[in-house]
Amino acid sequence: MQETAQPGASPDVAKFQKALLDVDKPTAEKLFNEGIEKTSPLEFMDHVMVPAIEEIGSHWDEGKIALAQMFMAARISEQLVDTLPPPAPMREDQPKLGLALYWDYHRLGFSIVHSMLRVNGWEVINYERQDDEGLVKRANEDGLKVLGISVLMMPSALRLKNVLPKLNPDIKVLVGGAPFRFDPEMYKDIGADAMGKSATEAVEQVSNLMAS
Amino acid sequence: MPEDTMTSIERTLTTLGHQEPDRVPVFLLTSMVGSKEFNMTIEEYFSDPENVVEGQLLMQKKYRSDCYYNLFYAAIETEAWGKEIGSMGTVIFVEDGPPNNAQPFIKKPSDIKKLKVPDPKEDPKLQKVLKATQGIKERGDQTVPIVGVVIGPFSLPVMQLGFDNYMALMYEDRELMWELWRKNMEWTIRWGQAQFEAGATAIAYFDPVMSTTLVPRELYLETGNVMAKEVIPNIGGPTVSHFAAGRGIPILNDIAETGTLGIGISVIEDLAEVKEICKGKLTVIGNLNGIMMRKWTREEATAIVKEAIYKAGPGGGFILSDNHGEIPFQTPPECLTYISDAVHEWGRYPIDWELTEQDLAIINAKYDGTKIKKAA
Repeated sequence: MQETAQPGASPDVAKFQKALLDVDKPTAEKLFNEGIEKTSPLEFMDHVMVPAIEEIGSHWDEGKIALAQMFMAARISEQLVDTLPPPAPMREDQPKLGLALYWDYHRLGFSIVHSMLRVNGWEVINYERQDDEGLVKRANEDGLKVLGISVLMMPSALRLKNVLPKLNPDIKVLVGGAPFRFDPEMYKDIGADAMGKSATEAVEQVSNLMAS
Repeated sequence: MPEDTMTSIERTLTTLGHQEPDRVPVFLLTSMVGSKEFNMTIEEYFSDPENVVEGQLLMQKKYRSDCYYNLFYAAIETEAWGKEIGSMGTVIFVEDGPPNNAQPFIKKPSDIKKLKVPDPKEDPKLQKVLKATQGIKERGDQTVPIVGVVIGPFSLPVMQLGFDNYMALMYEDRELMWELWRKNMEWTIRWGQAQFEAGATAIAYFDPVMSTTLVPRELYLETGNVMAKEVIPNIGGPTVSHFAAGRGIPILNDIAETGTLGIGISVIEDLAEVKEICKGKLTVIGNLNGIMMRKWTREEATAIVKEAIYKAGPGGGFILSDNHGEIPFQTPPECLTYISDAVHEWGRYPIDWELTEQDLAIINAKYDGTKIKKAA
């Protein structure tokens, strides 16, 4: 199963996207370096990297590519962003955004969302794995506007119902992970504000919650 | 309600032979829910194989399931690994869900070379699984098949390395991954054979990483499919394979070539479409949504079971089950009764009824846009 860029997409986007889907890091790196030299890091990210990764995310949403390809595309993109000298072209003065892996140790979805948010220009406070106490303490102390929480197991997802009320009421909570895909109402049952069925949707939801 | 005219094993073998038995077999894959039957914690329940034997005998009879199931928890396989690298697989028990792996025990890729394949018969935790299997075999109904469990060599690294590290290593150092996969293949064969020796009738070969949700078909054909073709014929008896809730339509024909007899399907795929591809090649197993079961009323459970039977039952080659390979702890016992009652009532062959307006209203409310199509 090999997806290519949509007809009409810019040739640069198509080439970069192909390199990502082929997990061809040297080519992706060459295109990235040529691109930022020709324009600027911000230009390249806005007009090539983000459109390419967003379309890859759409392919995953539609079941056209596998999670491993999505993961590797996001991983390579994030690694390239990390090569830029500080300050990387992230959003300045954005409200605080935290991301945690809650209770479980299965971190594939968490890693993808983290990479996707960063590639899309969000500064993310990475909480890694947290249990109840750690999650509440860190999120409240940091004065977050949005907290993203990734889980894999259903008990972990349901447990959040007892944890979310302990968060500062101003914090908007976005959840994601397998249990929420199989029960689309579960995020409401546990008191979250939004659910991302995929990494692409998670990025969209962060934008929505930040604007709310 | 008409009575069964076949035993569970006759019914199962007939459907695996792609013929219509007396009714659709139902495999209620009860594992940790057994602890609730005895008011025990999950940890206490699995601490003694006798509990699992008693639990399986009780639940099979109570819910009229067509199989026993010897699964303790998937992560138990990793607890035998890692002695030589000083980092054994460890498991965390929670009060309301499957015991889960803690940090992956392979801390750095170079550890892979040092790993030795353990002997499942020497491992105290796995001995409990074997003792439970023996106990079910000795004291259970001899006409009810015992389903054992292995985690396929292609999926075991998720617990050994962690999902993200595994995916990265699969692309970045395939040679090193093959070192681990080869060790895992040897392990899976040994563990499967040990369960057959203990009395298992068939093995469920769980291989969720093969799912096209997780890896592209091309990659599966170079890896997991190659492993399955070598492991399944040498595992010591019949197997069915399982996606554990991932997608798999594009690789169903590839899976049929591994020698496995059936495939556990996700609720996110259309059973009629799956049945059409699998007809005469693979028995379709599934695909009730385990996550949603905790909310089902009797009417909902009945309509959803009828939908599955309607789409995949005709012609045999179908076993009703959940879509993940384990009934979640949160599922109320009465829901298992609803499911069982529905298959006993509506699973009688021939399947010559139509879904009612009420069924369709429930199904379409649950799964927007579901295609209702009966198998030919």
